[in-house]
Amino acid sequence: MDLFEYQARDLFAKHDVPVLAGEVIDVPEAAREVTERLGGRAVVKAQVKTGGRGKAGGVKLASDPEDAVEKARQILGMDIKGHTVHKVMLAQTADIAEEYYVSFLLDRANRTFLAMASVEGGMDIEEVAATKPEALAKIPVDASEGLTDAKAREIVEAAKFPAEVADQVTDVLKKLWTVFVKEDALLVEVNPLVKTSSGDIVALDGKVSLDANAEFRQPDHAALEDKAAANPLEAAAKAKGLNYVKLDGQVGIIGNGAGLVMSTLDVVAYAGENHGGVKPANFLDIGGGASAEVMANGLEIILGDPDVKSVFVNVFGGITACDAVANGIVQALELLKSKGEDVNKPLVVRLDGNNAELGRKILNDADHPLVQQVDTMDGAAERAAELAAK
Amino acid sequence: MAIFLTKESKVIVQGMTGSEGQKHTRRMLASGTNVVGGVNPRKAGTTVDFEGTEVPVFGTVKEAIEATGADVTVVFVPEKFTKSAVVEAIDAEIPLAVVITEGIAVHDTAEFWAYACAKGNKTRIIGPNCPGLITPGQSNAGIIPADITKPGRIGLVSKSGTLTYQMMYELRDIGFSTCVGIGGDPIIGTTHIDALKAFEEDPDTDLIVMIGEIGGDAEERAAEFIKANVTKPVVGYVAGFTAPEGKTMGHAGAIVSGSSGTAQAKKEALEAAGVKVGKTPSETARLAREVLAG
Repeated sequence: MDLFEYQARDLFAKHDVPVLAGEVIDVPEAAREVTERLGGRAVVKAQVKTGGRGKAGGVKLASDPEDAVEKARQILGMDIKGHTVHKVMLAQTADIAEEYYVSFLLDRANRTFLAMASVEGGMDIEEVAATKPEALAKIPVDASEGLTDAKAREIVEAAKFPAEVADQVTDVLKKLWTVFVKEDALLVEVNPLVKTSSGDIVALDGKVSLDANAEFRQPDHAALEDKAAANPLEAAAKAKGLNYVKLDGQVGIIGNGAGLVMSTLDVVAYAGENHGGVKPANFLDIGGGASAEVMANGLEIILGDPDVKSVFVNVFGGITACDAVANGIVQALELLKSKGEDVNKPLVVRLDGNNAELGRKILNDADHPLVQQVDTMDGAAERAAELAAK
Repeated sequence: MAIFLTKESKVIVQGMTGSEGQKHTRRMLASGTNVVGGVNPRKAGTTVDFEGTEVPVFGTVKEAIEATGADVTVVFVPEKFTKSAVVEAIDAEIPLAVVITEGIAVHDTAEFWAYACAKGNKTRIIGPNCPGLITPGQSNAGIIPADITKPGRIGLVSKSGTLTYQMMYELRDIGFSTCVGIGGDPIIGTTHIDALKAFEEDPDTDLIVMIGEIGGDAEERAAEFIKANVTKPVVGYVAGFTAPEGKTMGHAGAIVSGSSGTAQAKKEALEAAGVKVGKTPSETARLAREVLAG
């Protein structure tokens, strides 16, 4: 989960990383009072989870409280690379002498953590990495040892931080490492980390990405989720504990296992090329234990998507037996009917693997008018695409 | 022969007394796996009955190894406690630890992986968040259904559980030497490269099928490895061509970030290394048949 800048700033403050005072607002008029609290001037910053907001006009300096209201009015509602600005942060202004870059992240390829640092901060770090790789220090950090004092100093030296800020930057790195570990982050990035004209080191803008798998020990993280931005179907699926991603096609997909569902999306997209370009409408993995209830929940979400014209249920019975899945489908359709849902979209079902014969027989016997079976994944995808194109 | 797991393997189960652990221990035993013990410090000294087979419970992995000569552990311990279970297995220097548990925090996996490296990698780790591995007709360590296919000469390595099953099913008449599910998390122990290397060296494997998915660059690295080191034919499949950028597709590691981690890039890298890559699981199976037929 990627955080907004203001949420990253709050996490930094929680772990004593030096930040500037700031407050987030969602109506322009609130800027007046906040700017007064900040000393009469403020930087008004769009809160969007994408880069390049400065270039897009999403960061403006306000010289007084009235100006802050005006600037907030200009920025709120702005569209930045497809992201609508719903919130702005008003932050204390700073006299910037130098701009640096520091981050901790997961290095998947080397199966370790990585520290990156540069004295050429402020710009897009991928550009620095591409154009001046020698200006970006990359130092692996052993996950079981953590960031030792020596390792923190090694990073500062490798990035050639000037001697007068070395101690302060070392200290900030250690505090950022605490954020990285204690908050179960996959990325903690400060860009820019600035030296002010008075010589202080301050994290001016930050990016944090948190590990969703760590929710069991991070009870506070659920509150950081951007519920307003979530697709309503995705939000409803999440509330039911389903692993669902909304896509922009017409064929609803239900499958078991992430890899098989991804593969199903691809196979449906290929089949759609012959049927008016129909595409998968969603990713939905019902996991290994596809009970009737899970199947009903999944079907309810998918049938509730107005874009869906047909549904493809693709199950390979591994641990789960196909007869249980078939019973789940039959019961799910009854359950939805009894709840008064208008079930009127065709379902193409492909069952293979554990007890497939029995599962197919159950569906045949149930003889539901909307359900049809195809024995192969490719054939079923073809049929589902054809039905969606009608 | 096969890789990593044979009929000689003596398997213990960490978390055997839990519901998942019990269910799958029963299945492993039913498919002929030599399960010699379970580990649960609170139930040490007891036994669990699996349809007439009494399996002893030990307090620690070390005790289980001392008593039984176990050389494989399968970990079903819940995600909160998985890190300490794996660290215990590493400390006991068991040669193979298969971590089935899903939903492990990345920091925990990073820590136990770093710990395994610091201890000299005496324990091969497979997973986490994986279905385990099966050497058909010999042994089954994990949750892969044993009755999909039979012994044969194809080696299979895959990031995904159900795609592993699907591919085993597509090629069930030919059979497999070993099928390894390495898991789809951002950090995993055994990689595609490790399995490719083992299959290359395995006299019982003639053809390798590798299944990848979006996210990271493991497939690209595997392609480099194949180009330089693998003489046996490799057939590949990559899932997630239609996955949108920035969305996690079920597996924690399955995410396209910017232009990196796309299925297209992986396919191209594999093809550049001489791997025949199928567009769908069925096409991949057909390519495998063609290669085997010469």
